[in-house]
Amino acid sequence: MAQPFAKKDDDRDEEAEYSPFLGIEKGAVLQEARVFHDPQLDPRRCSQVITKLLYLLNQGETFTKVEATEVFFAVTKLFQSRDIGLRRMVYLMIKEISPSSDEVIMVTSSLMKDMTSRTDVYRANAIRVLCQITDGTLLGQIERYLKQAIVDKNPVVASAALVSGIHILQTNPEIVKRWSNEVQEAVQSRAALVQFHALALLHQIRQNDRLAVSKLVTSLTRGTVRSPLAQCLLVRYASQVIRESANNFQTGERPFYDYLESCLRHKSEMVILEAARAITELSGVTNRELTPAITVLQLFLSSSKPVLRFAAVRTLNKVAMTHPMAVTNCNIDMESLISDQNRSIATLAITTLLKTGNESSVDRLMKQITNFMSDIADEFKIVVVEAIRSLCIKFPLKYRSLMNFLSNILREEGGFEYKKAIVDSIVILIRDIQEAKEIGLLHLCEFIEDCEFTYLSTQILHFLGIEGPKTADPSKFIRYIYNRVHLENATVRACAVTTLAKFGATVDSLKPRIIVLLRRCLFDSDDEVRDRATLYLNTLGADGSVAETDNDVKEFLFDSLDIPLVNLETSLRNYEPSDQPFDINSVPKEIKAQPLAEKKAPGKKPIGLGAPPTAPSAAVDAYDKLLSSIPEFASYGKLFKSSAPVELTEAETEYAVNVVKHIFDHHVLFQYNCTNTIPEQLLENVTVVVDASEAEEFSEVASKPLKSLPYDSPGQTFVAFEKTDGVPAVGKFSNVLKFIVKEVDPTTGEAEEDGVEDEYQLEDLEVVAADYMQKVGVSNFRNAWESMDPEGERVDEYGLGSRESLAEAVNAVVNLLGMQPCEGTEAVPSNSRSHTCLLSGVFIGNVKVLVRLSFGISGQNEVAMKLAVRSEDENVSNTIHEIVASG
Amino acid sequence: MELCPSVKNVLLLDSEGNRIAAKYYCDDWPTNSAKEAFEKAVFTKTQKTNARTEAEIAMIENNVVVYKFVQNLHFFVTGGEDENELILATVVQGFSDAVGILLRGQVDKREALENLDLILMCLDEIVDGGIILETDPNVIAGKIASQSLDAGGPLSEQTISQALATAREHLTRSLLK
Repeated sequence: MAQPFAKKDDDRDEEAEYSPFLGIEKGAVLQEARVFHDPQLDPRRCSQVITKLLYLLNQGETFTKVEATEVFFAVTKLFQSRDIGLRRMVYLMIKEISPSSDEVIMVTSSLMKDMTSRTDVYRANAIRVLCQITDGTLLGQIERYLKQAIVDKNPVVASAALVSGIHILQTNPEIVKRWSNEVQEAVQSRAALVQFHALALLHQIRQNDRLAVSKLVTSLTRGTVRSPLAQCLLVRYASQVIRESANNFQTGERPFYDYLESCLRHKSEMVILEAARAITELSGVTNRELTPAITVLQLFLSSSKPVLRFAAVRTLNKVAMTHPMAVTNCNIDMESLISDQNRSIATLAITTLLKTGNESSVDRLMKQITNFMSDIADEFKIVVVEAIRSLCIKFPLKYRSLMNFLSNILREEGGFEYKKAIVDSIVILIRDIQEAKEIGLLHLCEFIEDCEFTYLSTQILHFLGIEGPKTADPSKFIRYIYNRVHLENATVRACAVTTLAKFGATVDSLKPRIIVLLRRCLFDSDDEVRDRATLYLNTLGADGSVAETDNDVKEFLFDSLDIPLVNLETSLRNYEPSDQPFDINSVPKEIKAQPLAEKKAPGKKPIGLGAPPTAPSAAVDAYDKLLSSIPEFASYGKLFKSSAPVELTEAETEYAVNVVKHIFDHHVLFQYNCTNTIPEQLLENVTVVVDASEAEEFSEVASKPLKSLPYDSPGQTFVAFEKTDGVPAVGKFSNVLKFIVKEVDPTTGEAEEDGVEDEYQLEDLEVVAADYMQKVGVSNFRNAWESMDPEGERVDEYGLGSRESLAEAVNAVVNLLGMQPCEGTEAVPSNSRSHTCLLSGVFIGNVKVLVRLSFGISGQNEVAMKLAVRSEDENVSNTIHEIVASG
Repeated sequence: MELCPSVKNVLLLDSEGNRIAAKYYCDDWPTNSAKEAFEKAVFTKTQKTNARTEAEIAMIENNVVVYKFVQNLHFFVTGGEDENELILATVVQGFSDAVGILLRGQVDKREALENLDLILMCLDEIVDGGIILETDPNVIAGKIASQSLDAGGPLSEQTISQALATAREHLTRSLLK
C-alpha cells in the first residue's frame, strides 16, 4: 500500500508543514481513480482516492465536463462495495459532481435501493443525495418513499427527508404540498431537530396562506415546542403574524405579545435573544412592551460569552436609535463594555452610549473614548467619529470638548477614510454651529500643514475660501494657505491660489497683499497654477483701477456653476469656431434623464427627451428637429420645458397616441405623437380635437394637422394654446382623435380612393404645476439656500394623511412639484421616522426655487410635512404652497 | 428577515489562513477567488483575537461570523446580517466539538488533513444546503464514526479475498493508530 499515509511516522518530526496532500496534482489523482474499476475493490484505497478528489474540488480545482463524467461513472461502480465509509464518500462525491440528468439515471436505482435499505445511515444519506441531484420527473417515483421517510422512527432519516422537502419546495412546490399530513405529524415528533425541520417545511408550504399561518402559530404557541431552534422559528413566525395583522388591532393587547414575553423566560439563550429582538422590532412598540426585553438583554451584557454580549449590545444599539430613553438603564453595563476584548462589542457599546447619553455625561464619555480610540482599527474609529458628529449636533453647547476630541484624533495616525470622516465631521460642525467656526477652521488649517491626502487638502482649501473670509480676522488664515503654494503638489497649489483669490475678493483690506502673493505664483512651475494666478490677478483688478470688487467677480468666484457639466461639455464639443463667441447661456440646464438621448441630440434646445423607451432613437431625433422647424410655432419664443411623453391610449390599441407638453412663456403646445398599428389602414388629415372647457385659462390659437399616417410610421400633430404670460395655468383637456380612414390593400399596399371620417376617443390630458418647473439641480444646496433672501421664505405645515411609507410620501411630493432632488435626499433610509428632502428647480419666468421638505411619520403611518420655500420671487413661493395645498 | 435560520458558509482554516475544508451554501461568493478573498478577510480580521475558550464573533462584509479556534485550526460559521448570533454559535460549537470527537482529541491541522474524509462528512452532517441539520456534536460524530461493514451483508457473502483484505485493513489501521 503506497499511500501517503504510510509516510506519517518519518515526517512527523522533521517537517512541520507536512500534509498528506503535498504536491497533489489533478491529472495524477484522476489516474488513480482507475482503481474504482478494479474487479477486486479495495474500499480503503478507493476512499482515499475520493478524499483526494474532494480535496481538489474543495481547494477550488475544477473538473472539465469529460473528467467529471469519467469520475462519475467510475464512482458509480463503487456501489458494489458494502463498506459504509466508502459508501458515504460515494454519496459526497456524487453531490459534489452534480451530474447531468442523463447521468443521474445511472445511479437512481442504486440510490433507491439504499433509500429502502435497513441501514438508517444509508436511508438518510440516499434521500439527501437523490433529492439534490434529481429533477422533477423522478420525484413522482420516489415520492412514496419520501412520505414514509418523513414519519420514519429514526430522526436522522426524518430530518433528511424534511430538509430535502424544503429544498424541493423551491422547484416543485406542488409535489411537496401533498405531504402536508406527514409533515404535520412530524411537527409533533419527540426529536428536537425533526420538529424544527418539520415546522420550517410546514410553514413554507403554507406561507402564502395567511390564515393558515396564523392558525399554525396559534396552536403551536399554546402547545409545547421542545426544540430551541423550533422555538426560534415560532418566534419569527409569530412576529410575522403580528406585522401582518398590524392594521387589525387598534388598542389593547397585541396578539402573541404574551407568547413573545413568555419566551424571554425560556431556558435556552437563543430563544430568549430571538424573542427579545422580536419585541424590540415590533412596529410602534411601547415602552411598557420594551421593558422586559431590555431587562434580559441587560443581563446578557455581563455574560461571559462574547457572542451573547455582542448580540445584546447590537440589539440595544438598534433600540437606541428609536427609543434612546429605554436603553439608558443599561448605560452602566455598557460603559464597562468599552474595555471589552472584542472590539466590535466595544464599538457598539460606545456608539450606543453616544446615542443615549445626556449633555452632562458627554465630557466623561469623551475621556473614556480617547483611551479607547488608540487601540482599535480604522473601520471602528469611523463608526465612532460618525456617532460623535451626530452627538455634537444634538448637544451644540458641547462643541468645545467634541471639537477638541476631533482635532486630537485628526493629528494621530490614520488612513484616508478615517481622516475624511473626521474632516467631514469638523466641516459639518463649522457649518452648523456658529461658535465653533473659528477654532474649527484653525484645526483644519493645522491639519493641512501636514496632510498627506491631496483630496482632503483641496477640500479643506475650498472650504476655507468660503468660510475663512467671513470670520473676524481672516488674515490669520493667509499664512496657512500661502504655505501650501510653496510646499505642495500642483493640484493643491492651484487650489490654494483660488482660495487666496477668494480672500482677496471678499476682504478688501487684504486685497493688496493678496495681489502681491498672487504675483509670486505667476512663476510657478505648473501651468494650471500660473493660469489661475493670471486669471485671478485680472479679475481682482491688479492694476489698481477697481477699488471695490464688483458683483460679477464675486459671482464668478463663489457661485457654483448651475449648468450640468455634461451639457456644457457636449455644447463645447458642438461649438464650431466662428465670429460668434460661445454663449454659456445657450447650454441647456435641464438635467436629462436619458443619457442615450443626450448623446443623440447634443446641444439642442432643452427638451425633456423622455421618449418612450420603445421608440427608436431615430424618432427621438426626428421630432426634436421637427419642433424647431415648424414656422407656426417659431414666434413663441424660447422653449421653457418639454414634458416626458404621456400615453393617451392603452397599450396595444388600434392607434397609439402619446403627448408631449411644450411650455413657452405665453403658450402651451401639445405635440401628439400618433402611431397607426393597423396594416390595412391609412389615416389622413389627422387632428386632435381638444376640449378645453375644463381649462379656462387656456384658449386654442393654432393647430397643425398631420396629412397622412401610414401603418407603423409615427407622425405628429400639434395643438397650441395661449395663456397669460408667465402664469402657471393648470387645467384638464379632453382629446378626440379625428381622421379620415382609407382601406389599404395588404398585397399591393395601395390605398383606396375614398375614405371615411372617423374619430377615436383618447384619454384626458392635464397640465399640472410641475410642467412649469425645470429640474435644475444645485451643487451646494446650503450655499444656494443661504444666498436666497430669507425674508421671502414661506413656511407652512401640511398633513399628508395616512401613507404606505415615508418614502412613498416623499416621492409623491417630489413628483407633484416636478423639482430636482439635491444631494441624494430623495432616498429615504428604511425604518427612519423622519426625513428631510432638498429640492431645487427653475419655475416659469426663470425664477430659481429652492424647497426644503421635512417629513415625519407617526406610528399609524400618518405623515406630516413642513414645507419651506425660498425663491427669487415671493409670488412663486406662494405658488409652490398652492400647488402642494391643492395636490 | 430570512424566516428560516440559515448558514451562508462553514469554513475550516489553518493558522495561516489556508483552507482545509470549506462549504458555501449561498451565491454571495460565486467564484473561487471571491471565496478565497472572503476567507482572507475573515482570517486577517480574526487572527489576533482569542477565541479558544469561548466562541468569538465579528461582523465581516455585512455578515455575522462566529468563530472558534482549537490548536492551529480555525472554525468559522457565517450567517446573514440579521441572523441570530446564538444559533450560529451553536453550529460552530457543534462543528468544532464534533471534529474534536472524530479526531479523538488530537485537534490539529495535521490530523485534520489526514482525516479529511471525516471532516468532509462532518460538514455534510451539520448543514444541508444552508439549513442546519444537526448541532449536537455527539450525534454528528456518532453518525460518522459507525464505519463498519454493512450490517445487511452477511459475512458468508464475502469472498475470501475480500475477507482477507478486510482483515489486513483492520490490522494496518490498528498498527497506524
